[in-house]
Amino acid sequence: MKKRFVVACCLLCISLLSAPVSFAAAGAIRIGGLFAVTGPAAFLGEPERNSAKMVVDEINAAGGIKGRKLELVTYDTAGDATKAVQLATKLIRDDKVVAIIGPSTTGESMAVIPVAEKEQIPLISCSAGIKITDPLKKWIFKTAQNDTLAVGRIFEQLQKQKLTKVSILTVSDGFGSSGREQLKAQAATFGIAIVSDDTYSPKDTDMTSQLTKIRGIKPDVIICWGTNPGPAVIAKNAKQLGLKIPLYMSHGVSSKKFIDLAGDAAEGIRLPSGKVLVADVLPASDPQKKSLLAFVKDYQNHFKTEGDHFGGHAWDAVMLLKGAFENGANTPAAVRDQLEKTKQFHGIGGTFNYSSHDHAGLGKEAFVLVEVKNKDWVIVK
Amino acid sequence: MQFDQLLQYLLSGLSTGAIYALIGIGFSIIYNATGIINFAQGEFVMLGGMLTLLFLETCKLPLWAAIPCAISVATASGILFERLAIRPLRQPTPINLVIITIGGSILIRGLSMLLWGKDTHAIPPFSGEEPIAVGGATILPQHLWILGITLLIIAANKFFFYYTVSGKAMRACAYNRRAAGLVGIDVRRMVLFSFIISSAMGSVAGIIVAPLTMTAYDVGVMLGLKGFCAAIIGGMSSGGATVVGGLVLGVLESLGAGLISSGYKDAIAFIILLLILFIRPQGLFGKAQSERV
Repeated sequence: MKKRFVVACCLLCISLLSAPVSFAAAGAIRIGGLFAVTGPAAFLGEPERNSAKMVVDEINAAGGIKGRKLELVTYDTAGDATKAVQLATKLIRDDKVVAIIGPSTTGESMAVIPVAEKEQIPLISCSAGIKITDPLKKWIFKTAQNDTLAVGRIFEQLQKQKLTKVSILTVSDGFGSSGREQLKAQAATFGIAIVSDDTYSPKDTDMTSQLTKIRGIKPDVIICWGTNPGPAVIAKNAKQLGLKIPLYMSHGVSSKKFIDLAGDAAEGIRLPSGKVLVADVLPASDPQKKSLLAFVKDYQNHFKTEGDHFGGHAWDAVMLLKGAFENGANTPAAVRDQLEKTKQFHGIGGTFNYSSHDHAGLGKEAFVLVEVKNKDWVIVK
Repeated sequence: MQFDQLLQYLLSGLSTGAIYALIGIGFSIIYNATGIINFAQGEFVMLGGMLTLLFLETCKLPLWAAIPCAISVATASGILFERLAIRPLRQPTPINLVIITIGGSILIRGLSMLLWGKDTHAIPPFSGEEPIAVGGATILPQHLWILGITLLIIAANKFFFYYTVSGKAMRACAYNRRAAGLVGIDVRRMVLFSFIISSAMGSVAGIIVAPLTMTAYDVGVMLGLKGFCAAIIGGMSSGGATVVGGLVLGVLESLGAGLISSGYKDAIAFIILLLILFIRPQGLFGKAQSERV
């Protein structure tokens, strides 16, 4: 019995000793990805995984980073927080990654954060929730724009047009309730009054009742916060009712898909969006333009659909890590330190400036306000 | 509270209710012929919409041709479902059958997800998108299609069950399967018939609502549940009572969302469902021992 224990100890020691050696010998830098490729958040996870794979392949095709290949290990969390935690542990313990990209949703990210903090592995979340980096956590970064910035962008425009009475219609899921909170919290700062507050379920098929109620209240503007298909149904219902009240949507529907679904009813609708959507019409002076055009074109070539800002979150995360590796980071701790020093990185989501007190790194210029005109997006000046 | 607002709630409610009714009747037809609740009914609704899209976009058929194709393929899958999952069962106790239908619905949904992906898709409306004013309220031409087709199907249903031999045979099965078998009715064939009719009706419902509500691999779940509520309110009758059940449900939902709070819209449907099951399990209009057809 004792003998066996000794043997086991020896084996353990050998494996511990050899692990870093084999890591260096293989020469590849291994990073992990946790994306909700299936399940309800698949519209986030799928483009994220695709983009991450695409950009890793490109980096390797171009000779890797300082002669070392980048190796991406991705797992599908199916949008399930419990699964995300298990897979994060697997990435850290079994795959021995130096950094993790993802998860896709705020719920999963919040569940995974304690794991990354405990194991001291840098994590770049692709989800938007403000709670992820506020309060600041040592090992946690994010690339998705905060909801706060999107809400601020809309309110700024309303303030400019002196529109003060707002009705909100939000979806009753995580995305909608986070938006609803932000809309209510920020309204006062911009001198805006929320005159009605309605919700709908993600699977609802008819929102004329809510809109009829809102029509009776006569607000200046309706703001709807949701992801497809709900907002498209709302756009159609609003057209059916002949509503003349301006309709604003959230960045949750900032993809061509929304225009496809809502058809003619989408005309005139405004929403805050990452710049991906309008990459081709951005002024040449925009510092992000080059990254954006490259990303959109690549994604189109690889996956035959247009790259969206969700995929951009993963693209940004890989590129941020690439920057850290190029600056000589080899260990998780060094990667973290280098990430924190990132300045003026012009990515897809915006221009990132991380610091020791900001791990979200974006300002409100990350969003532009766009309007649907002739089945396409134009920038609202 | 203005009159035109109320009118709008009613009209919206009626048009949603008509869809619930159509799906609900699918539930009751199978229930009456087999004694099981077919929880895969919602998936036939989804198949109707998604197959129409397939024929429209992949096969480039015009809408008038895509719709019958979609209905026939959906019906064929209903037949397949009955043949492969329901008929071979050794011990066809209701609970086994119900669980099988739940399994079947998950399978159909999963396959559709693999086949068509997870995106939501839109189908063009049958005749334009110009709203029609009714009093102070508005409806879309598609709503008229929904109401019209629902009425037509219900009338055809009535005719089938009361004036054709097969229909009468199915009613006989509903009264008493054993007795029906003894007088020479092929009960298993009637079960197959019931699956054919209800999957065809489900797919029609899926097709006519798709231009309004859009379609995706997972639309069947909620629509199926609402249809089930309608059938329960109607006491599982395959005639007028379920139609009224659907319309009542639609109107209550719409009024609830407009007048009370939109947050309770789905809760209203399920509270009604529970109340009916607790207080009047024979349905809102049923006598204690009602005939079910």
